[in-house]
Amino acid sequence: MRSVAGVNMKNLTSHRNPLVEGHRMCPGCGAPTALRQAFMGIENPVVVVGATGCMEVSTTVYPYSSWRAPFLHVAFENAGAAVSGVEAAYRVMRRRGEFREGIKFVAFGGDGGTYDIGLQSLSGALERGHDFTYICYNNQGYMNTGAQRSSATPRSANATTAPAGRVTPGKLQRAKNLTEIAAAHNIPYVAQTTLHDPADLIGKVKRAVETPGPAFVNILVPCNLFWKIDPADQVKICRLAADSRFWPIYEVANGEYRVSYKPKGQTPVEEFLRAQGRYAHLFKKGSERRDLIEQAQSEVDADWEKLLAR
Amino acid sequence: MSGGGLCWQDVLPGTVTLGASSQSVETGLWRSVRPVLDAGKCVSCLRCWAQCPDASILTGDGGSVLGINMFFCKGCGICAQICPVGAISIRPESDFQGEAVSSGRGVGPLKVGELVG
Amino acid sequence: MAFAEAMRQINPDVVAAYPITPSTEIPMKFAEYVADGLVDTEYITVESEHSAITACVGASVAGARVMTASSANGVGLMHEIFPIAAAFRAPIVFGLVNRSLGAPVNIHCDHSDSMPERDSGWIQIYCEDAQEVYDTALMSVRLAEHPDVLTPVFVCQDGFITSHCYEPVDFLDDEAVTEFVGSREPRYPLLDVDNPVSYGSFVMSEHYFEIKRNQMEGMENALRVCREVSGELARITGRDYPPVERYRTDDAEYVIVIMSSAAGVVKDVADDLRSRGVRAGCLRVRMFRPFPSEEISEALSGVKCAAVLDRSASPGGTPPLAAEVRSALYTSCCAGNRMPSPVQSFIYGLGGRDLYPGDVESVFEGLSRGEHFLAPRYIGLREGTGGEERGGR
Repeated sequence: MRSVAGVNMKNLTSHRNPLVEGHRMCPGCGAPTALRQAFMGIENPVVVVGATGCMEVSTTVYPYSSWRAPFLHVAFENAGAAVSGVEAAYRVMRRRGEFREGIKFVAFGGDGGTYDIGLQSLSGALERGHDFTYICYNNQGYMNTGAQRSSATPRSANATTAPAGRVTPGKLQRAKNLTEIAAAHNIPYVAQTTLHDPADLIGKVKRAVETPGPAFVNILVPCNLFWKIDPADQVKICRLAADSRFWPIYEVANGEYRVSYKPKGQTPVEEFLRAQGRYAHLFKKGSERRDLIEQAQSEVDADWEKLLAR
Repeated sequence: MSGGGLCWQDVLPGTVTLGASSQSVETGLWRSVRPVLDAGKCVSCLRCWAQCPDASILTGDGGSVLGINMFFCKGCGICAQICPVGAISIRPESDFQGEAVSSGRGVGPLKVGELVG
Repeated sequence: MAFAEAMRQINPDVVAAYPITPSTEIPMKFAEYVADGLVDTEYITVESEHSAITACVGASVAGARVMTASSANGVGLMHEIFPIAAAFRAPIVFGLVNRSLGAPVNIHCDHSDSMPERDSGWIQIYCEDAQEVYDTALMSVRLAEHPDVLTPVFVCQDGFITSHCYEPVDFLDDEAVTEFVGSREPRYPLLDVDNPVSYGSFVMSEHYFEIKRNQMEGMENALRVCREVSGELARITGRDYPPVERYRTDDAEYVIVIMSSAAGVVKDVADDLRSRGVRAGCLRVRMFRPFPSEEISEALSGVKCAAVLDRSASPGGTPPLAAEVRSALYTSCCAGNRMPSPVQSFIYGLGGRDLYPGDVESVFEGLSRGEHFLAPRYIGLREGTGGEERGGR
């Protein structure tokens, strides 16, 4: 833990994190943890751009800001475009010798602001090659507005706009694979991870930021309210996501795939699902949906094989 | 009419707020349970520090864990759940009645026009 | 092209733009300047107008001098971000080449794209010709970035009519432009990592109102600063641009109020009528936001009758320029001035339909006959014999 993959935790405790205390995220939310860990690996000064969402709202409740670094929020669907403008301004102004050297640019959004409404502006920014890192804190739904389904919501999850009812068992469609979509832009660095191991997350964002050009990091974070879990269990749930291969931990550096975590043993996806209230309807006595649980397992298995073959 | 607060002439232009100003917001008031650190058991592995959503694990030189900042801690219980040596226990806030609710730092109210690094 | 040439000379830090007819020539021409190394600009070729204006906002709050251009549906797509730019006090200068807003799709001029933005918190200036577009682009940099204003500016010109016509334009030397526009001194640049600020907070009812009122102060100061900057440019060029142009209005009995390129037709007709003894005049409104109410009510104070010609409609309401003019006159009356003269509202030129001298003459004739209608009338519209025969009422 103290020194994994070049990350020395002890040295990091003196690091001044751009995201400070006093934000209004729910107790035990994974999003601020993900972003704080992300920033731990960045030694340079940063400028942060956030898409509308829980993190943006809860860190900027007027007249306070939880950002020690400069922070910009424009709207929901355009963090990619906003960071493009800031980064372009920096390039031209640095040529004139203005502002500090070595500023890094980090944009973030939830899955709603990244997979759905913000995908176009993100894609544009990735294609244009701006030097920035985009972090998606992916809690698999629209949490800021009350747990609606997004294109990141997995099949069978109970969401407020895809509820588990008498006829339909939660969301009917699979989640979009945004990490692969990002990789298809042929950008230098793409990764996905979760909160199972801070060293993995810190290391990935560090590589993302230090790689010139655009980088994309997709971080699975639980939303305690939507996922219906005990806030204290957050890390446990993230470990289940990684161990069950539901959320493969890997990176794509300059087109080269590397699986960063190959779980020992075979944790069934069922364990990950069963631990969360959003799948409770699959396990209801008398109307258990073994078919959907098995489908989830077979989809995870197929994705894992595909990933290993890359 | 809204009482208190800033007049329109006094707000900063451009929706601007000052960096790190939420360090004066006492989110510890939300807490219903409280983590208690047993310093004798703690091995300063920093798992709790890395996984705390509210940056409430206080550390000293060399990365040793010193305690928990009750000014910000919301009582989520992650630290206790992941502690490998059982050095953190969770107790109801009612056990601490009479004690000051906050025991950590806040930077105090901020004045407009004053930038915080 | 006049706007693009002004951009080259202004040499902005960042341009983010997306092609749409008829403003496309501006980013296209500017791309050539970038490719030929004539400017130092970072040019962001975004994937939509929404991203164009967003990148402009990002660059502007970062501290850069920023320009862009768009038209019609492009302007419509940007709509969400305009109030944000204004609230951030981002002094973006925007070449808005007016074109009708679909549907139906039409590439020609009317003001239905810029008028919906009149409450977005941007300054709006409507130019009559290419020379004015060029001069206004230069002035707008100074106006937008003035510490008392800090408000983005739309420099509007009529699509194709002004944007694609050939006419002589008197350009300043590059050095004179550099000196005139100076350099931007941003107040809270996002890139100042040593003095970090946050833009775009979540604000509840307890502060929102104060922040919006604070923002409006920039607009309140814009008329004064515009006069100052215009005066300064006039000392170099001899060309002065007051918020309203009074063309033979001083002793006029009948005045047509209009904006942009079609003012030329009205001025010609006024000249012609005056040679026939009719005291006609043209009041060209150049600045629409902030609206120069006092100048307008003062200019119309002695007329017998006025007509306002709008190149856009407000379905179910009064067309935008007519509504503003009537409001200005009413306000003036409340301030103790004499009862306002009747103001007739006309809609003309939607989808690029030309305004002909005969049309204008008819309006003046109507005014001189004392005709007055409560609802707006249309100019140059083919109208049938009436609704009754078609089974209407």
